[in-house]
Amino acid sequence: MKTVIIKYNAGNVQSVMYALDRIGVDYLYTDDEAEIRSADKVIFPGVGEASTTMSYLREKGLDKIIPSLKQPVLGTCVGMQLMCRFSEENNTTCMGIFDVDVKRFPATPGIKVPHMGWNNITNYKSDLTKDLIDNAYVYFVHSYAAPVCEYTVATCDYINPFSAMLHKDNFHAAQFHCEISGDVGQKILENFLKL
Amino acid sequence: MLTKRIIPCLDVKDGRTVKGVNFVNLRDAGDAVELGALYAAQGADELVYLDIAATVEGRSTFIDLVRRVAHTINIPFTVGGGISSIADVSALLHAGADKVSINSSAVRNPDLINELALEFGSQCIVVAIDTRYVETSAGVFEHIVHTHGGRKPTELRTIPWAKEVEERGAGELLLTSMDTDGTKNGFALELTSTISANANIPVIASGGAGNMEHFYDVFTEGKADAGLAASIFHFREIDIPDLKQYLQNKALPMRMTK
Repeated sequence: MKTVIIKYNAGNVQSVMYALDRIGVDYLYTDDEAEIRSADKVIFPGVGEASTTMSYLREKGLDKIIPSLKQPVLGTCVGMQLMCRFSEENNTTCMGIFDVDVKRFPATPGIKVPHMGWNNITNYKSDLTKDLIDNAYVYFVHSYAAPVCEYTVATCDYINPFSAMLHKDNFHAAQFHCEISGDVGQKILENFLKL
Repeated sequence: MLTKRIIPCLDVKDGRTVKGVNFVNLRDAGDAVELGALYAAQGADELVYLDIAATVEGRSTFIDLVRRVAHTINIPFTVGGGISSIADVSALLHAGADKVSINSSAVRNPDLINELALEFGSQCIVVAIDTRYVETSAGVFEHIVHTHGGRKPTELRTIPWAKEVEERGAGELLLTSMDTDGTKNGFALELTSTISANANIPVIASGGAGNMEHFYDVFTEGKADAGLAASIFHFREIDIPDLKQYLQNKALPMRMTK
């Protein structure tokens, strides 16, 4: 099996690589189109800001390559947000795989934004959440989120319910960081790699 | 529901934990990786590793340790000690740290916070503030930021400094009260509460934990988002699973792993 982590100007993807090491999976970290297209599984991680990241993806043509992929793709955190239609973060047009707009958490007295830390997810209906305990806790760090929509396969509640995970055809996405979400995150990654 | 976080802190020197550690079931109690893995397995929500020597020679050993920790554990961890440049942060993040904590260097050069937030994103920039309630030259008592492990007073008042570092782009505050640190009489509740209520970023409270109730107090009265402690965990005066169960029984949101 060939697993590719898409290389772009994302912040630290080291922890994603280490998570795959722990599972015992080899991976290639690349932005080469042929390598990406020939992979069995593609991981699109993300730490960063939406507009600069989208510009970079456009420069490299990755904004066209990613939506055209046929194999299972997993986007995480900002990776998930960039797979949506639009992000309020610097009013960024994204790749539009999921027809939903990413919005900033509304300012709410006494509640901090970013949403940072461990929160539970509910209403799972994804192959990636198979065999997960109910109300599993995963680690989030984000100020923007996709609302609950037709592609939502797991929800989380912070100020409002939002999409913790999305799924459409071969595209899967998680707002949280699977790679540092303990045994739960590891299980989700393993489930993705087994697709 | 977003949970309150329990964070053990490991002081390391030359890649090994320095504070005495009383875990009989560890093969090597000084092994900072093994101890971190044990805490992670027990349900710690995050870890903090502090390079207390932070010498130039020790830096590569510390980076090697960070790499081994990142390889081993599957929860977030923060590293700190002697970080003063973009290059330092880059090396630590590339080794696999999730966040870095800066302290004296932020006091010396506050623009560093802006630069790091811009370069790496606020989410991975923790600003540590060591504070002490002291009599100022004006003859009044105030909370004043200290550096050098709390020994050296600065000109900065703690409450406005906390706001300033947030405005400059810090993603989290690690507030250590040097007045309560080591006393085991509880966290500095009033100051933590004031700073947390003023902040729109999470506040990790540190210094003074002696029993489980102290954590309850800092999460309720102190309004802290996370509680950090070192020796009470290392000496097993409090076991993390017991602490989390206790807090959950008192209706605080906790991530229970068992």
